[in-house]
Amino acid sequence: MAVPTIVRERTPQLIVLAVILALNAVISPGFFSIEIQNDRLYGSLIDVLNRGAPVTLLAIGMTLVIATKGIDLSVGAVMAIVGAVAASLITSGYSLPATLAGALFVGLVCGLWNGALVALLDIQPIIATLILMVAGRGIAQLITEGVILTFNDKPELIFVGSGSFLSLPMPVIIWIVIAILAILVVRRSALGLLIEAIGINRRASTLSGVNSRVILLAVYAVSGLCAAVAGVIAAADIKGADANNAGLWLEMDAILAVVIGGTSLLGGRFSLVGSLMGAMIIQSLNTGILLAGFPPEFNLIIKAAIILIILIVQSPASQTAMANFRANRQTVAVKTESREHAAR
Amino acid sequence: MKNSKYLPLMATFVVFVLAYIICISVFPNMLSTRVAGNLLTDNAFLGITAVGMTFVILSGGIDLSVGSVIAFTGVFLSVILRDTSIHPLVAFVMVLALTTAFGAAMGGVIFFLDMPPFIVTLAGMFLARGISYLLTTDSVPITHPFYSTLQDIYFVMPGGGRLTLIAIVMLVVFAVGIILAQRTRFGTYVYALGGNLTSAQLMGVPVAKTTIGIYALSGFLAGLSGIVFSLYTSAGYSLAAVGVELDAIAAVVIGGTLLTGGYGFVAGTFLGICIQGLIQTYIVFDGTLSSWWTKIVIGLLLFGFIALQRGLMWMSERSARNMRHASAAQPSNA
Repeated sequence: MAVPTIVRERTPQLIVLAVILALNAVISPGFFSIEIQNDRLYGSLIDVLNRGAPVTLLAIGMTLVIATKGIDLSVGAVMAIVGAVAASLITSGYSLPATLAGALFVGLVCGLWNGALVALLDIQPIIATLILMVAGRGIAQLITEGVILTFNDKPELIFVGSGSFLSLPMPVIIWIVIAILAILVVRRSALGLLIEAIGINRRASTLSGVNSRVILLAVYAVSGLCAAVAGVIAAADIKGADANNAGLWLEMDAILAVVIGGTSLLGGRFSLVGSLMGAMIIQSLNTGILLAGFPPEFNLIIKAAIILIILIVQSPASQTAMANFRANRQTVAVKTESREHAAR
Repeated sequence: MKNSKYLPLMATFVVFVLAYIICISVFPNMLSTRVAGNLLTDNAFLGITAVGMTFVILSGGIDLSVGSVIAFTGVFLSVILRDTSIHPLVAFVMVLALTTAFGAAMGGVIFFLDMPPFIVTLAGMFLARGISYLLTTDSVPITHPFYSTLQDIYFVMPGGGRLTLIAIVMLVVFAVGIILAQRTRFGTYVYALGGNLTSAQLMGVPVAKTTIGIYALSGFLAGLSGIVFSLYTSAGYSLAAVGVELDAIAAVVIGGTLLTGGYGFVAGTFLGICIQGLIQTYIVFDGTLSSWWTKIVIGLLLFGFIALQRGLMWMSERSARNMRHASAAQPSNA
């Protein structure tokens, strides 16, 4: 019974995704064809799933952060730091489990740092995470000592980025597993509800017994962990850690994916499934633009247009208008509510 | 309360003086008008856009689009000067009108759709960058003779340092910005918006006009900054000025402006720019440090100043609570 509800709630996203995929198929006729070579699935569709892995992973953490009315600008920089850590650990002879543990630990620490600034010092999330966004790439350069650390001779780490398991590419498996875990944890327990409560009114939820500090810390820590996984995948994919370009502007893509997925930037409600669809929409757009032979720069204008449309749809003003359209009687209530929302 | 208002500004000033003393004690050559002149010239474009950012942040908003607008301005100018015979001054007016309208449009969306400035200006950032890509993806040199005329204007300061035209433009923008913030009705409205939106509305502040005006001002200054940047580099490039918005925000915060809006000074932003410039100059003088140390030091400074602001707010909240307790206790005493 759960599936139909998800489909109904996410109809706009599904339609957009279907339209973009259909357009891609028109541009490149072989888009939907998937074939198996060397026990591995190949095809443009698989490529979308594979290339979309970093943004998808970031979007999972970002969704939870945005649901608490926060934002995490540092995820791109955290990807760069974690990539640098993973590359330097594996090249100095540590085993794969030790490298992965170290990389994830560093991501966790970055997330906890952000969480501490937001939850304990009460700093606005944009600003708190801006610090790591600015300093993060410098730290990553410090770790790689200013060069691109390559690890061409470490097949075990490269496997994370380009290997395959059950004939699916590893990044796809990783993000699907993490997504399912995240959805189960937040939706099969009260955690998701508590996160939304903090997003609606942190003070009220604290007063009603929600330990908002711990939950905020945890949410930013999860975002850091997701960024860490994305960073390892990105580094393993190019067989090296590029402190300057790893994850560059991906925080913006992740935020966009979350917003496209129907999570409100004003906090208080979220949909992980929607964010995953948002990430896939962005990735199919990227792939489509490349397939069509347009310069990749078109991406930015299309993204700007998408944001604008979503803003208009999500804005309290047009929501009021819509409610007005549906039932005149409800208008007053919605208006006061949206006003209160705006005043907060 | 008056003292705590100026405390972040004082802290910035002390940090600047200390940083300069450290720099001079390591490299005595840094105490010269040549270094000062270069510092002002190199950071002129950043300073101009940071003034606009100060107004935006004072009003409780944020403008992520400025870096892209600077790039757009450069590309627009270089393409127009290459393909048409329009005089640069006319092109300046055209591009300033465009960027001001762009800022005003973002302000309009922020106010009328009631959406967070962060996401609206993020869309603006994508849009401006995308349009400059569409104009050209190459770095287009500007060879108009008027440009070399402008670049050759400078005053020689005592000690041989050159105060270039673009440095003068930045100083003028700061002066006008300080007057605009402290001595005009618009400035008062900006502070009122950042202090408390609802109270500002109830007091009769024209919120729509002011919001649009703030972002239009930021767009205008980003355009001016783009002109200065094109004079500085003699070229237009769509990948230029990436991340300038972050440097500008950092300068504003290091300058002691409260990120929640309502408190801060344009003059503080000037100090913030000077501190960033000092760090860069130090790294250049040292020669062995990599440029990414700039990022780390700026990150540390950001953290330091934000923590200081939080501390001040806690203190003022606590003293406010104490005063309330005191006044609540008074009747029973009497």
